[in-house]
Amino acid sequence: MSDAILVTEDVNKTFGAVTAAREVSVEVPKGAIWSLIGSNGAGKTTFVNMVTGYIKPDRGRILFQGRDITRLSPRQITRLGIRRSFQMPQLYAELTVLQNMLVSRSINAERPPSIWRGAQGADDVERAMDILKRFKIADYSDRLMGELSAGVRKLLDIAMAISGTPRVVMLDEPTSGVAAEEKFPIMDLVMEALSASDVTILFVEHDMDIVTRYSERVLAFYDGAIVANDAPDEVLADEVVQRYVTGTAK
Amino acid sequence: MSATRSLPVICAIGFVALIVVGLLLPEWAMFLTTMAFAKGLVALGIVCLMRAGLVSFGQGLYFCIGAYVAGLMANWTGITDIFLLTALGIIASGITGMIFGPLLATYRGIFFAMLTLSLSMILYGFLSKMTALGGTDGLNVAAPTFLGYAPEGRALGLSLYVYTCAIVVIAGGLVRTFFDSERGLIALAIRDNELRVEYLGASVRKEIVFSYVAAGILGGIGGVISGLAIGHVDPETAYWTTSGEFVFVAILSGYLSIPAVFVGSLLLEVVRSFSNLYFPNTWQLSLGIFLLAVILLLPNGLGSLLAWRKRRRETS
Repeated sequence: MSDAILVTEDVNKTFGAVTAAREVSVEVPKGAIWSLIGSNGAGKTTFVNMVTGYIKPDRGRILFQGRDITRLSPRQITRLGIRRSFQMPQLYAELTVLQNMLVSRSINAERPPSIWRGAQGADDVERAMDILKRFKIADYSDRLMGELSAGVRKLLDIAMAISGTPRVVMLDEPTSGVAAEEKFPIMDLVMEALSASDVTILFVEHDMDIVTRYSERVLAFYDGAIVANDAPDEVLADEVVQRYVTGTAK
Repeated sequence: MSATRSLPVICAIGFVALIVVGLLLPEWAMFLTTMAFAKGLVALGIVCLMRAGLVSFGQGLYFCIGAYVAGLMANWTGITDIFLLTALGIIASGITGMIFGPLLATYRGIFFAMLTLSLSMILYGFLSKMTALGGTDGLNVAAPTFLGYAPEGRALGLSLYVYTCAIVVIAGGLVRTFFDSERGLIALAIRDNELRVEYLGASVRKEIVFSYVAAGILGGIGGVISGLAIGHVDPETAYWTTSGEFVFVAILSGYLSIPAVFVGSLLLEVVRSFSNLYFPNTWQLSLGIFLLAVILLLPNGLGSLLAWRKRRRETS
């Protein structure tokens, strides 16, 4: 596939006797919205962690825009344009929502962060507030993390991840821990916020309603391997997926 | 007026106030304040590190480097100009920080603290054995000159006090600018969650090295002033108990306020001086009780009082 922005070639990873990634090969085209499904321990988060540099594969290569990023650090990969959010939101508990956003903006501004430029200048605050407004969490700007609901934390985590100019965004279970009635509104907000750019989105998800509604293609993981890679309806109708992933086999 | 724009005005007012107070102080109190501010500079360096979630138990290393630079330059080259000696102290401590900073930046918590402590103890051992540098007796340091002006008696004490206040105000202003800056905010984020900082694209290592070098430079300046004020330097400046005092001041003052660091340092000097006078054999006990009281009543240090007052003013 010539327009692939992210490619993994025969990626393997084992933790002792456990194989977390088994010959994982995939080509993700630019601008795609794909979901990653699988039961717990199937290898979804390992895949995200390997692509974003948190863990290194034992074998295989990961290419981003044709460049080998297999051995790069999370920071280097982030600077190339691959961003991620976390299953457990990784926020700064001692800072307010606005300050969390300002940290992200300071790091991802057009110019490198400075020791002379104030972090909370009017222009910076205005831009950070714009992003918070886009995610409909501006009302919480002066709150600390302990005062926020799980949904707001998730949105802030994602808002921080996409600050700057991401090329690929990997969302690790963006609706986990969120009340059932909040799931679709959160996904709508995220998709709307990302729709302005031609960013490629990969999200890990357990809720099949969300998978079928938001993704163009699904990667189904089982025992570290990709057992299906197709359109949502095709994958969810697949016998192997029904037996090992969704548990809907008759 | 924004906080950044009003900072030079606040610094200027602070400087004038310190000078006015200094003119009213007796000579012993002026010396005590000069020493407290010199040590406060070292503690301010630890506060810079605390903002990034690290504590150094070895800032005596830089304090000692600054003090010995002042002593050796005066003895070997005859340089007594305080401005030049301060610049040399900055260079020596800055270079040392740049050598050790990248090595230490990969460690956290107790490992970072103990490694910094071991570096300062290595210097202590080295200086104690080096008879050419005075061994355990140390060196006498000539009285400083100020761009050709060579004061004596009370004038010398006052000149040193004014110089120290100027350095404190400049250093305080620069550190405040750093704390309020983009990189200052990133340092606070590192303290909270360094994994996320890396995943946003910033180098945690780079920020920690920067804070460590800045802390080293502040320690070096404090050492130069202290060496010149006492007129003597010895290896004790690198001993672990000296470093412990700086950590004591940093904990006492907290990381929320810069003036609190110097207030904390002054408080420590006053408590120590008077405890030493009235309970010469148990003065460490009174210091310990004092620190316990601060930790129990003000867990974020004296600075939290100032921060609380500021928040209250903003709310009202």
